[in-house]
Amino acid sequence: MKLNRKDILGLKDLSVEEINLILDTADSFRDIATRKRKKVPTLQGNTVVNLFYEKSTRTRTSFEIAAKRLSADTVNFVAAESSVGKGETFIDTVKNIEAMHPDVIVVRHSSAGAPHMLAKMIKPGVINAGDGAHEHPSQALLDMSMIRDEKGGFAGLEVAIIGDIAHSRVARSNIYGLTRMGAKVRVSGPATMIPPGIERLGVTVAPTIEEALRGVDVIMMLRIQLERQARPLFSSTREYSRFFGLNEQRVRLARPDAFIMHPGPINRGVEIDSAVADSERSRILNQVTNGVAVRMALLYLVTGGGN
Amino acid sequence: MKTIIAGGRVIDAAQKLDGPHDVVISGKVIEKITAPGRGRGGSKEKFRLIDAKDCVVSPGLIDMHVHLREPGYEGKETIYTGSQAAVAGGFTSIVCMANTNPVNDNQAVTGYILGRAKEALCNVYPVGATTIGLADQNMADLGELKAAGVVAYSDDGCCVMNAEMQRRIFEMAGQYDMPVLVHAEDANLAADGAMHEGFTSTELALTGIPAAAEEVMVARDILLARLAGSRLHIQHVSTAGAVELIRWAKKRKIRVTCEVTPHHFTLIDEDVGDYSTTCKVSPPLRSAADRTALQKAMADGVIDAIATDHAPHGILLKQIEFDQAANGMIGLETALGLTLLLVRTKKLSLHRALEMLTVKPAEILRLNAGSLAPGRPADVCVFNPDHTFVYNEEVIRSKSKNSPFVGWELPGKVYFTLVDGRVVYTGS
Repeated sequence: MKLNRKDILGLKDLSVEEINLILDTADSFRDIATRKRKKVPTLQGNTVVNLFYEKSTRTRTSFEIAAKRLSADTVNFVAAESSVGKGETFIDTVKNIEAMHPDVIVVRHSSAGAPHMLAKMIKPGVINAGDGAHEHPSQALLDMSMIRDEKGGFAGLEVAIIGDIAHSRVARSNIYGLTRMGAKVRVSGPATMIPPGIERLGVTVAPTIEEALRGVDVIMMLRIQLERQARPLFSSTREYSRFFGLNEQRVRLARPDAFIMHPGPINRGVEIDSAVADSERSRILNQVTNGVAVRMALLYLVTGGGN
Repeated sequence: MKTIIAGGRVIDAAQKLDGPHDVVISGKVIEKITAPGRGRGGSKEKFRLIDAKDCVVSPGLIDMHVHLREPGYEGKETIYTGSQAAVAGGFTSIVCMANTNPVNDNQAVTGYILGRAKEALCNVYPVGATTIGLADQNMADLGELKAAGVVAYSDDGCCVMNAEMQRRIFEMAGQYDMPVLVHAEDANLAADGAMHEGFTSTELALTGIPAAAEEVMVARDILLARLAGSRLHIQHVSTAGAVELIRWAKKRKIRVTCEVTPHHFTLIDEDVGDYSTTCKVSPPLRSAADRTALQKAMADGVIDAIATDHAPHGILLKQIEFDQAANGMIGLETALGLTLLLVRTKKLSLHRALEMLTVKPAEILRLNAGSLAPGRPADVCVFNPDHTFVYNEEVIRSKSKNSPFVGWELPGKVYFTLVDGRVVYTGS
């Protein structure tokens, strides 16, 4: 099976079959990381441009390693955050890059919808590496890859996503992906961070973190960045950790075999206690490892790869 | 030479006139309205005949809310190109907001605009800012602005957040017997919002602007206008709650009027769809329920006027990321058509539609326009409500093309627009 699309913009429009294809492909790439020579010739002669309009170390590195393990040539293009006032638009910049015939453009942008606009206007495949608070498909797919690996599937699984749901692209992508695959998702966080109408995405909103955690199979914590919020959405990190942070006591509300995820970077002592983050229930570093295989799968599939 | 517009259905809401008549124009003014075929009377004079068969003959439309971008942003629009778009849309009088560069907050800028307006194809009436530089710090010289020729005051695009300042503005405007046009939107609640707050903003992950951002300001300004006893006009009403507040105020005889834009009574937040920046406007496109409330309030009279908020923008501010894109869409050439779509779907009578586009804005701003009564300026719009046209980029006369209605088929093709008795637009 091949992926019948040139772009991966979000989980919202991926079908069950497509998600399974991506996860299966990722599984098949996973062992490359443990080989002595961590390289296959699959994408030799392909050019992958990492176009990052927003700071990122992890995601960019992960995409770069993924491309290199597939033998693609990679270029990193770190651009100014805003195109306003430059006399050139975001599209102008990307059209310039397109003129150099890349095969895939991996784009991160602080504006929701920027990769979608781009994908409509250029020929190369576009992989969204995070657009504003909208979607972060490769992150959600690597989360899902891990969950599937540990739990054997998604049907009937209870997943709690805790934190700033309104401003989280990780939350949105996971909500779309997990609910499509048959998992049940609950979200919780401060009322100021729960966006209106979120229930219509097929999730339930738990009024307290305790209710959100009770009996769940997977706990997904989101990074909280009070210092970066332009609007007064919360009082203090102290208040946050006391009422919305994950500590050992709260972890016990989940199922005994529940595990903990976090897209990173973690704020120790704010949304997650150090002891919990470092406990044997934590899968935070496994997520990072998985990320490379999932991104290899995405690069492979958007360049026309498939069985 | 006289002109006779013959064979049409004359609708003049100001005179409660609706029927087959001829309109006789002498020089720059309306001479008389006669029974069909009688326009010429017994006279042997030469006259110019305008055939209005199957057409509606209406007073020229009045748009009390446009942005003409001159001075300062002539790359987007000029007073002249804006007037070209206006007459193509059936408008004969347009009222331009103060957010030019420099801002129209003093008599020199007003004088400049009126000077440029002499070349325009239609009447151009400037609005003066209420605060200097639209900065909410110091009140503009409102009396001097009036003396220079502005027809109202407005900080449109911005909201005077300081309630005490707004009170004093209402008091002075009241003394000068001028209306204050208000862009009612709490700047803190709206902040960096990019669209209406609701499920669609959640889905698209765009910062939302709650309906309450508009409603708290509508409520505040109604109370302040009552306190000052002066005339308040709420611009581009967009929410059901704002409509209810205005209804409340009108019942209590508070001197408040309001306008609605064609885009707010036509589109909703969901039309932003896949981050369509042409749908990014301020106030934002609201919910389906809000749109229904607006349409009802147009029919029942709580909403007085239709105004476009014609806001030209170029590629650099529109073909970019949604959250960074500028607010606004052009509207002069689609307003009549979109209004007639409401008439077609029986949400509005044709009579009421034209009232909202002619006599009502004229009354609010006390313009000598909006009626075909003898002696009034011969500003006329002749359109066929059944003939449609496709609004595409080739037909757009505005210098900017930022409209979500590109590609729409609209009723109400304009065949003739006359200003001061002169034909300034002929549709083919």
